[in-house]
Amino acid sequence: MASLEEEFTLSSAVLSAGSEGLLGVEQSSKTDQFLVTDNGRTVILYKVSDQKPLGSWSVKQGQIITCPAVCNFQTGEYIVVHDNKVLRIWNNEDVNLDKVFKATLSAEVYRILSVQGTEPLVLFKEGAVRGLEALLAEPQQKIETVISDEEVIKWTKFFIVFRHPVLIFITEKHGNYFAYVQMFNSRVLSKYTLLFGQDENSVIESFTASVDRKFISLMSLSTDGCIYETLIPIRPTDPEKNQSLVRSLLFKAVVSGNTRHGVAVTVLDQDHIAVLGSPLAASKECLSVWNIKFQTLQTSKELPQGTSGQLWYYGENLFMLHGRSLTVIPYKCEVSSLASALGKLKHSQDPGTHVVPHFVNWETPQECGLGAQNSEQSRRILRRRKIEVSLQPEVPPSKQLLSTIMKDSEKHIEVELRKFLAIKQTPDFHTVIGDTVTGLLERCKAEPSFYPRNCLMQLTQTHVLSYSLCPDLMEIALQKKDVQLLQLCLQHFPDIPELVTCACLKIFLSIADDSLQETDVNMESVFDCSNSVHDEKMEEQTEILQNGFNPVEDECNKCDQELNEEPQAKTKETTSCPVIPKRAALLNAILHSAYSETFLLPHLKDIPAQHITLFLKYLYFLYLKCSENATLTLPGIHPPTLNQIMDWICLLLDANFTVVVMMPEAKRLLINLYKLVKSQISVYSELNKIEVSFRELQKLNQEKNNRGLYSIEVLELF
Amino acid sequence: MDAFGGPIWSMAASPSDSQLLVGCEDGSVKLFQITPDKIQFERNFDRQKSRILSLSWHPSGTHIAAGSIDYISVFDVKSGSAVHKMIVDRQYMGVSKRKCIVWGVAFLSDGTVISVDSAGKVQFWDSATGTLVKSHLIANADVQSIAVANQEDSFVVGTAEGTVFHFQLVPVTSNSSEKQWVRTKPFQHHTHDVRTVAHSPTSLISGGTDTHLVIRPLMEKVEVKNYDAALRKITFPHRRLISCSRKRHLLLFQFAHHLELWRLGSTVATGKNGDTLPLSKNADHLLYLKTKGPENIICSCISPCGSWIAYSTASRFFLYRLNYEHDNINLKRVSKMPAFLRSALQILFSEDSTKLFVASNQGALHIVQLSGGSFKHLHAFQPQSGTVEAMCLLAVSPDGNWLAASGTSAGVHVYNVKQLKLHCTVPAYNFPVTAMAIAPNTNNLVIAHSDQQVFEYSIPDKHYTDWSRTVQKHGFHHLWLQRDTPITHISFHPKRPMHILLHDAYMFCIIDKSLPLPNDKTLLYNPFPPTNESDVQRRTAHAFKISKIYKPLLFMDLLDERTLVAVERPLDDIIAQLPPPIKKKKFGT
Repeated sequence: MASLEEEFTLSSAVLSAGSEGLLGVEQSSKTDQFLVTDNGRTVILYKVSDQKPLGSWSVKQGQIITCPAVCNFQTGEYIVVHDNKVLRIWNNEDVNLDKVFKATLSAEVYRILSVQGTEPLVLFKEGAVRGLEALLAEPQQKIETVISDEEVIKWTKFFIVFRHPVLIFITEKHGNYFAYVQMFNSRVLSKYTLLFGQDENSVIESFTASVDRKFISLMSLSTDGCIYETLIPIRPTDPEKNQSLVRSLLFKAVVSGNTRHGVAVTVLDQDHIAVLGSPLAASKECLSVWNIKFQTLQTSKELPQGTSGQLWYYGENLFMLHGRSLTVIPYKCEVSSLASALGKLKHSQDPGTHVVPHFVNWETPQECGLGAQNSEQSRRILRRRKIEVSLQPEVPPSKQLLSTIMKDSEKHIEVELRKFLAIKQTPDFHTVIGDTVTGLLERCKAEPSFYPRNCLMQLTQTHVLSYSLCPDLMEIALQKKDVQLLQLCLQHFPDIPELVTCACLKIFLSIADDSLQETDVNMESVFDCSNSVHDEKMEEQTEILQNGFNPVEDECNKCDQELNEEPQAKTKETTSCPVIPKRAALLNAILHSAYSETFLLPHLKDIPAQHITLFLKYLYFLYLKCSENATLTLPGIHPPTLNQIMDWICLLLDANFTVVVMMPEAKRLLINLYKLVKSQISVYSELNKIEVSFRELQKLNQEKNNRGLYSIEVLELF
Repeated sequence: MDAFGGPIWSMAASPSDSQLLVGCEDGSVKLFQITPDKIQFERNFDRQKSRILSLSWHPSGTHIAAGSIDYISVFDVKSGSAVHKMIVDRQYMGVSKRKCIVWGVAFLSDGTVISVDSAGKVQFWDSATGTLVKSHLIANADVQSIAVANQEDSFVVGTAEGTVFHFQLVPVTSNSSEKQWVRTKPFQHHTHDVRTVAHSPTSLISGGTDTHLVIRPLMEKVEVKNYDAALRKITFPHRRLISCSRKRHLLLFQFAHHLELWRLGSTVATGKNGDTLPLSKNADHLLYLKTKGPENIICSCISPCGSWIAYSTASRFFLYRLNYEHDNINLKRVSKMPAFLRSALQILFSEDSTKLFVASNQGALHIVQLSGGSFKHLHAFQPQSGTVEAMCLLAVSPDGNWLAASGTSAGVHVYNVKQLKLHCTVPAYNFPVTAMAIAPNTNNLVIAHSDQQVFEYSIPDKHYTDWSRTVQKHGFHHLWLQRDTPITHISFHPKRPMHILLHDAYMFCIIDKSLPLPNDKTLLYNPFPPTNESDVQRRTAHAFKISKIYKPLLFMDLLDERTLVAVERPLDDIIAQLPPPIKKKKFGT
């Protein structure tokens, strides 16, 4: 979106501009510096960002500058013409224009043109063009006349097209306009007549031009307030013939034609033009930016003190005379994007420079300069900083690490990472870890053979990563079927999406026992089945006695008994784990992970039926183990809780009920589960009964403790 | 003095502290000159339409910003004229509210004015052009307070929803020098309006209608995450609000605008540890004494004999005589208070109730003789020349010979009441005194400081006692030093000279000086009570016997050898009396 920024004034009193305005504003060899030539005797070099003049040069009294000063980009010198024929060349060190290089030419100069990358050109009033070097070699050389009598140059511009200089100038004779295009590689001069079309009376006020591959697009602002576009071919079809060009209407009445001062137009970029003038006859002058493509007004700025009808545009700055002072209005056109419309910050990332860290650490905002002013840090910090400084080599370890990641071998990265983790408590620790992981994963993606497993495991164990920080990590681990890393991720990441949890589950269930045996899975959540079997085993009670008598036995109990024809098989099933311990450890990691039912359910349906049964069997086994001891917990460090087990059983059945029901081998399991639920219900109903009695007891206790507003108590003090 | 502008809504001292701005109800901003001896009116600024609710000086002192209703004015201090008037949008979520009150303004040195208003906005203005630069809508209710850090890289605002927001000046991208204000952290520690906020270099402090003062350390400024970095909530003033008449078993409660006198009940029953005994006589509400005028009560005291009550507001001092005839109480105000007894910071009666000690806000210490229904001014200890500090804590020895007085920083002065001269000065300590008392017989002055240190100073010998030296050498237990609230009252058991009874808001403690001191490895807090003999042996191995049975504890004192009186002030009762907070829509309700 194009926008004009806050204007600022370069000078107010220095320029003796007069009502005719300035002679010109030209770029100098430094980006921020501009040469301003006034209508009298002075050239001033301004630094725009500082808003101050860097140098000022004047010609002698009696002389007058006739052509705006330009910079020779090849040498860095400045060139000006005074009294039409006298050329002066000087540089920054010179003080007095009288003492600098002088060349008197044989013809009157219209303008000196200079652009980056080529030598300056001198355009004479008769239409002849010379390179500066050639001219200076022989200043008094004869200059031919190109244009006819009474034909006057109105405007000129110099382009570089395909590294070849192209000069265009417009002449006028009796209300007719002609365009001349001079190609310097072929020394061809082509002449075109500009036709007005229907509106013959208007006078062209201002020209501007831009160039693309084949055409020079010449835009002209006429007194009727309209902007017309004329396309002039760069390579003429027939250079000898005088050709006519028709202009087309680009904008209708953007400015009022009959202003006191002039109007001006300039091309900003391929889509935008700036127009200086008053929109209505009576209103104040203003600078407006129009979008050509959409024919819309993008922005405008009122200039109440009036202008001279001149407008220059160089490198994001629009120059104009506002009142009596030279005013600069920075122009910006940022590429509109959805992200910026939504207020999202865009990272400007220069290729080649070092990568901006993606992770903002809110806890240490000082690192980015805020802290530089922060003098109130405690002495403790200073002392620690000193120690750190003495430890650190010139390159911060984080940068070193990042560069290592990009090119070195796995072994080397591992060593470097270990070194870095040993120092650990740097303030930007989070940031560096985040960048390291992203770096590693990017390289993993680029080189399929590269898989720094140990590094990734170490990084995962730093506790600073999360899924959202590096979603690629689990993706790659899933690809490689690295169950060990997946287990670590499940243990350490708080925000794994259900889809990924489910993908992990699939791998954990499907991976072959042999390949599992080779891996080094963390087994702390799995208890040793062999010695826990007879520990604390509650008396197995087959029948539930309620208040001394047996309630009506459910029919299912009977059919269950029928099913259990081989009692040995049943005991075997309940006491031995259906999966090997390593797989059990992995499944426990799944049980511990956080999830939301709604999002998990659809993904659970994708798991093959035999895996579902296997998992259900394992869960049922866990449940039996749980209910074996009085506290309803599993032995071991960090085992799955009863709630987790129950929730997963419910989830699996919900997701795959129809499939499981149809499977003959799952029948016994389902019946067992049904019994399980029934026994749970009866346990809870018993608990509810007990709860009521306990509540009464608590109430009694509370009454005793309530002191009221005033009470006297006995207190034994020691 | 009167500013003649109606109620004063806002005040701000200039950065050089030589001038004071006052914003009044009638829309006038008045500038006063502050001289060491007085405040003098200098001039009026351009009168505004409506009341001036907030004021802020530019750090250079050349301009001020004044928040009014619907707009903010920027004044030039030299000319007194308004340079800019910045209109605040009344719109609130598309609905036009009746008025937008600018509750707070802050003027930064780069010319930015930050305003907070009743529409829930925090806005940034350019004071040079008078334009709105940025607006943050942070609350559905009023944003009531703002405080800027000295470095101007962060500020804090408090809202009527009880939320405190932290804003920081952070770079736009990680390496750019361009910075912008970003709302970084919200904190919800209050249930009611946050009326005021402050920004220290390392923490945010907020205070609100819910009577809490919350200190929230900024974790990025805290290098080591120790106890100092913990959040603190302070509920009660760190002062004694209750006094006790031991002889008549009376308690005098000090409220903001009234005093209440209660007689304690009694029981004839006995019981074992933990029992609540049946009352034979309930506590009686004897007296409700309302102050005249709008001023708050600063301090109050009842004499040990129960026949005198004295209290003071910001400008007046009152003394009452109580006569007890069976169950009737006869209250008589002692009239014709002398002019010097205008306002007191602390009042204390001597143990025999014959003398009244008044610490005036001018720094002088008056001794008044009381007899029958009359009084006589005995003496005034004038403040040390060159100091203006007023005494805010007093302690008198039970034998009536010594009077100790402490200000906020300059140490404790001990006066000889018989000879009416300064006896000695306890060396100044870095932290203010929060409580002190003189032990009977030994005349040891026990002083508790806000950093939880306790000293014992022998007045006759003019040096710290051996026990105090031992304690200092040994150091206090780390848990003792980490307590949140200061000790607000110290008392002694007349028969047990080795015991010191002291309390803060969450515990009371008996220090037994005869026992060894605890070191950091021993258990400081003993679960209460000991169950058997061996337990007692093991647990009473150190000098600090702490009980947390009553909390929050407002007052605890020894009535007689066998009776302690403790006053709890449950937070629920305070909250029940507060106006309801702004109702927040919770999910699903």
